[in-house]
Amino acid sequence: MAASARWNHVWVGSETGILKGVNLRRRQATNYLPAAALRRDQGVCAMCWGDLAESEILVGCLDRSVKLFSAEKGKFTESRQCPGGEGPFCGLAVHDSSIITCVESGLLKVWQDASSENVEIQVGGGVCRMRQNPAWPLCVGTGGKENALKVWDLHRPEEPIFRAKNVRNDWLNLRVPVWECDLQFLPDSEKIVTCTGHHQVRLYDPSSPQRRPVLEVTYGEHPLTALSLTPGANSVIVGSSRGDMAVIDLRQGRLVKCLKGFAGSVRSIHCHPTLPLVASCGLDRFLRVHHIEEKRLVHKVYLKSRLNCLLLTSCEKWEDEEPELAAPQADVKEEEDDLWDVMETVATKAVPKRRVHPTGQEPQLDKRPKKQKRTSAGP
Amino acid sequence: MGPRHRRLLCTGAVWRWCPWRGPGRKMAAEPGSVANGAGGMADSVRAPEEALFPPAFSVSEIKNKQRRHFMFLRWKQQRRKEKLANKKKRKKEREALGDKAPPKPIPKTIENQRVYDETTVDPTDEEITFDEATDEFAPYFNRQIVPKILITTSDRPRGRSVRFCEQLSTVIPNSHVYYRRGLALKRIIPQCISRDFTDLIVINEDRKIPNGLVLSHLPDGPTAHFRMSSVRLRKEIKRKGKEPTEHQPEVILNNFTTRLGHSIGRMFASLFPHDPQFIGRQVATFHNQRDYIFFRFHRYIFKSEKKVGIQELGPRFTLKLRSLQKGTFDSKFGEYEWIHKRREMDTSRRKFHL
Repeated sequence: MAASARWNHVWVGSETGILKGVNLRRRQATNYLPAAALRRDQGVCAMCWGDLAESEILVGCLDRSVKLFSAEKGKFTESRQCPGGEGPFCGLAVHDSSIITCVESGLLKVWQDASSENVEIQVGGGVCRMRQNPAWPLCVGTGGKENALKVWDLHRPEEPIFRAKNVRNDWLNLRVPVWECDLQFLPDSEKIVTCTGHHQVRLYDPSSPQRRPVLEVTYGEHPLTALSLTPGANSVIVGSSRGDMAVIDLRQGRLVKCLKGFAGSVRSIHCHPTLPLVASCGLDRFLRVHHIEEKRLVHKVYLKSRLNCLLLTSCEKWEDEEPELAAPQADVKEEEDDLWDVMETVATKAVPKRRVHPTGQEPQLDKRPKKQKRTSAGP
Repeated sequence: MGPRHRRLLCTGAVWRWCPWRGPGRKMAAEPGSVANGAGGMADSVRAPEEALFPPAFSVSEIKNKQRRHFMFLRWKQQRRKEKLANKKKRKKEREALGDKAPPKPIPKTIENQRVYDETTVDPTDEEITFDEATDEFAPYFNRQIVPKILITTSDRPRGRSVRFCEQLSTVIPNSHVYYRRGLALKRIIPQCISRDFTDLIVINEDRKIPNGLVLSHLPDGPTAHFRMSSVRLRKEIKRKGKEPTEHQPEVILNNFTTRLGHSIGRMFASLFPHDPQFIGRQVATFHNQRDYIFFRFHRYIFKSEKKVGIQELGPRFTLKLRSLQKGTFDSKFGEYEWIHKRREMDTSRRKFHL
């Protein structure tokens, strides 16, 4: 059980409060329940990785509890209550052992282990999504209905470091409504891409003096509910409430292609960091994995409940990894080492790093912390 | 047409038989009689090819139209003859075998060849049972609420739609017909909720013909949008019974097997109150066949222990699901749980969604 939970490719959180691990190679889905019985008030509304090795998952539930799921042990290990504010979680992030949560009413909180020094930020009501900057974990972005994009530095919670300005009035000189549904930070730059409920995809650049979006694209006629950056970060995949998913180029602002096969609203999209794969789930109770280049539907899994959010592992040996190899090794640490071995041999960026080291063959245990640092710095 | 030309005809990869010129074998033999070494060589090479490609004759390749027509008729006649003879033979065989005859094969229909749908509900599945037990219809099925339905139409209904609404309200107990008065649905819904309505039915009409039905469960969805066709009012039904009584009817839901079908079935079930009054002997049927939902309203009578008679009371109509939306009616910002995309979904005739 423990080993099989580790080798799941996709983790999906459902409306009925179940965390589902899907192994695409074996084509099987496993349910992991937080409690003994199913409860609808424990519906998953936010998920994020608990650590960089992707062995732990933080699950935010509708009843304001945040649970820690250990993929190694295959069960929920910790649970804590995060009260305050109103509405469900709209974002969850982790930074050094502290948890960052954001609820719909606009209360963003950093939960440290010592509960006295919690940072609280009021980001404004109607928040739809809060996301962390992967390159700089202390930086989060928020956006929502009538709540324009704001970027916060958690060390200086008084003022946002970037506050977006609404676009100019339209041709009838009427105010354009604001409704940021999802956002993501572009790696290697300060840019932020958002999608709105008024079917626009916008690109903001905090480094430029302009606070208005530098690029705006419209797609379809229905609200865009989720987005994810493709591996090259040149384009973004957006999903709509009608079940349309499209790849939009961020350099030219052009629709590149559409990914088909959906029956209902898309709730969450997640791209693989290196492979051209994208996983998506939504109200039609299916998990779908598309090949981005070929537009092909690679996997389609029926998961029985309405699905709210998902996480896709970044492990690169996607199809051919053998779970049985890891099974005999009882020690968890060794297993982790194995994972790092696997990652090193495949990662393209690891090659220049290796050249820097005078000795090519270093003991693996020495290397581990260094690599963690590298991954935390972001690609 | 000389022999040289005929040889050209025969050299094609697919060997053709020209019926109006007699059998092809003769033609193949002809070039051999011509004193030509090369021709003879070609014949010897071609000989095994004849065995590989038996004369495949297709009527459609005949270029003369009259001839083609004539040949087609003859071919059709011949086929019919063969068919009848075959049938007769089989019948004779069956009679000869008597009781020992093998059971008749089941005819192939697109329903029994249906493409397997992985969302087909397994009643023993714990997760789906829980999901259904706690969905938006759970208060009705737990007998916490009594259905109260508002029926209205699109703006300015004309004759048939108005009468259809009235007849629908006689079918569904505790339903109220209101004139739309040009109100927006998004403004009607909060008023309905405050007045404890549990469902809202909106009949859409196009040029006096009812063609759409929006069924919205209140207070928090879901909303289904159907295309409606073949509406027959009571007056237009032959051999109909007398006016229906005010008794609460029984409800029959047929063939709602998939997860989506279950949601739709539960939606229809929650329109009618629990505990039907069997004394009224009335039954409303929602029969799903090939994703079309047929509605019929009948009165039955048990004539004897074996025989039962039914009498249609009307109205009757057919529904086809177009979309199922989470939440109440919101065509602009609502989230769809299922939407029928014809280009993507209707790829196989044997694929059904309900």
